[in-house]
Amino acid sequence: MKHTLVEKIFARNVGHEVKPGDIITVNVDWCMVDDIMAKFCIHKFEEMGFTKVFDPDKICLIYDHFVPATQTDDTIAFHAGDAFAEKYGLTHVHRTDGICHQLMTEAGYVKPGDIAFGTDSHTVTYGCVGAFSTGIGYTEMASILGTGQVWVRVPESIKVVVDGVLPENVTSKDVILRIIGDLTASGATYQSIEFTGTTIDAMSVASRMTMSNMAVECGAKNGIFIPDEKTCEYCGIPYDDSIKELRPDEGATYSRVLHYQAEELVPVMACPSLVDNIHPVSEIKGVKVDEVFLGSCTNGRLEDLHMVANMLKGKKKAPFVQFIVTPASREVYKAAMDDGTMEILSNAGAIITTPGCGLCCGRAGGVLTDGEVVISTSNRNFLGRMGTSKVQIYLASPIMAAKAVIAGEITDEEV
Amino acid sequence: MSNTFKAKIWKLNDDIDTDIVLPTEYLALKSVEDMKPYAFSPLRPELAGKIQPGDMIVAGKNFGCGSSREQAPEVVKALGISCVVAESFARIFFRNAINNGLLLIECPALHDAVSEGDVAEVTPGEKIVVNGQTFEIASLPENLMDILNAGGLVKAMRKRNGLD
Repeated sequence: MKHTLVEKIFARNVGHEVKPGDIITVNVDWCMVDDIMAKFCIHKFEEMGFTKVFDPDKICLIYDHFVPATQTDDTIAFHAGDAFAEKYGLTHVHRTDGICHQLMTEAGYVKPGDIAFGTDSHTVTYGCVGAFSTGIGYTEMASILGTGQVWVRVPESIKVVVDGVLPENVTSKDVILRIIGDLTASGATYQSIEFTGTTIDAMSVASRMTMSNMAVECGAKNGIFIPDEKTCEYCGIPYDDSIKELRPDEGATYSRVLHYQAEELVPVMACPSLVDNIHPVSEIKGVKVDEVFLGSCTNGRLEDLHMVANMLKGKKKAPFVQFIVTPASREVYKAAMDDGTMEILSNAGAIITTPGCGLCCGRAGGVLTDGEVVISTSNRNFLGRMGTSKVQIYLASPIMAAKAVIAGEITDEEV
Repeated sequence: MSNTFKAKIWKLNDDIDTDIVLPTEYLALKSVEDMKPYAFSPLRPELAGKIQPGDMIVAGKNFGCGSSREQAPEVVKALGISCVVAESFARIFFRNAINNGLLLIECPALHDAVSEGDVAEVTPGEKIVVNGQTFEIASLPENLMDILNAGGLVKAMRKRNGLD
């Protein structure tokens, strides 16, 4: 039988062939628990009666949504997490280093072929390095922390092929938004999305991360890329036979195949208030913008900051726009300081914040009120996500966000 | 399971995301009880106050999409909702609901056939009867029924660990 990439990863883990629909029990390589869920997860773990974790070196506890705390009880999560880490000897705790999904690959944890679970839906991000990863709830995480295992239904796969060279001003964000628009917010539910094609091959790991990150926005269980030399360089491992095996078989079965020609793609945005409400920027220009948010696990990396800085060099933001920049991690923050990116952004009028989830989940400075418009490089434009339920959230690439910063309105034209 | 029950319907549409079920700003409240008044508040601020124990939700496609926050199914269960019937569910919400013992039923045809306030007769794993129409419903896979029958994942794990 011919297999997709995700089927091969599961087969390697359980030691026998698997097919879509099989319910299997996998051994988990990495667990990620974030601050929002920590307290609840720990409570469930103890309620379940466990007295030790399955492996203290395979669990990452990461504080990011509440860093720095904005509501009075937020820090309870840190105390609960710290006490748990101490009691069970956890070796990987990040308290102020950045967003969990950035750190799980940047800090060298998840590698190609691994199976990872996290208490946040954007755990799908680690597919960028050819791992299977997905989000679960805190009760299920508590049982994994105790047993090291969890059941999985082997998913069908959707193959998305993107070939050719992306036009100027079109980024991997525009590609994934287009795909979500076509698949719809539920079009890949329970399924794996496998991204391939020459456009994908040419992308950096950071650009791929933007796409795997948003796979969950069309309901997917995971979004995955075939690991290549770039992946291995990013992960700091050799590109050897064990990695080269991690590719789908010719003739594997897919539930659906989508094909895109890169040259035909245009800058798009997800318009209020659904992630699959996708429109070309050329059709929505002129909307006045109150705030622009550059950050999140979708687009808070160095290449994203570079894209924006290249456009803002020597320019100023529109006077009435609040322009908030939140690097995805401390590493990103430092690199952007060292290479002058932060100076350009600051000179343009940016409010630069500490690394973390920031405004993406409405838990940091920059929340908005009725009728206001925000252009965000993040992954969700749900009602009430960044302030009141009448805030208009548009999801965009860093390049389109930069244009809005300068013009003070949505535009795809030269600014 | 053949325990038939009657439930009043609250009707919601497609793509009810977990930020609607419970916004991020209430996730760190001390208990699920404290979160109850804010359930569904971005969409229908009055709804949480009107739901009575035993009522049911009938929704469209992709119920529970978005974040992995387990407070979403927990708060729905805490409100006393007996079951959620939808055209389809998002997968993380689906797992979380089962792990918390909240009954979910996929029934694509029901949403268009009912109005808010209708009363349905639900027989889990068999059928839903409402407005004189009968809708067949499937049972869940065995491994999920084991968790539901144990009363949720916490109880299943306590049993595994020799506590219950």
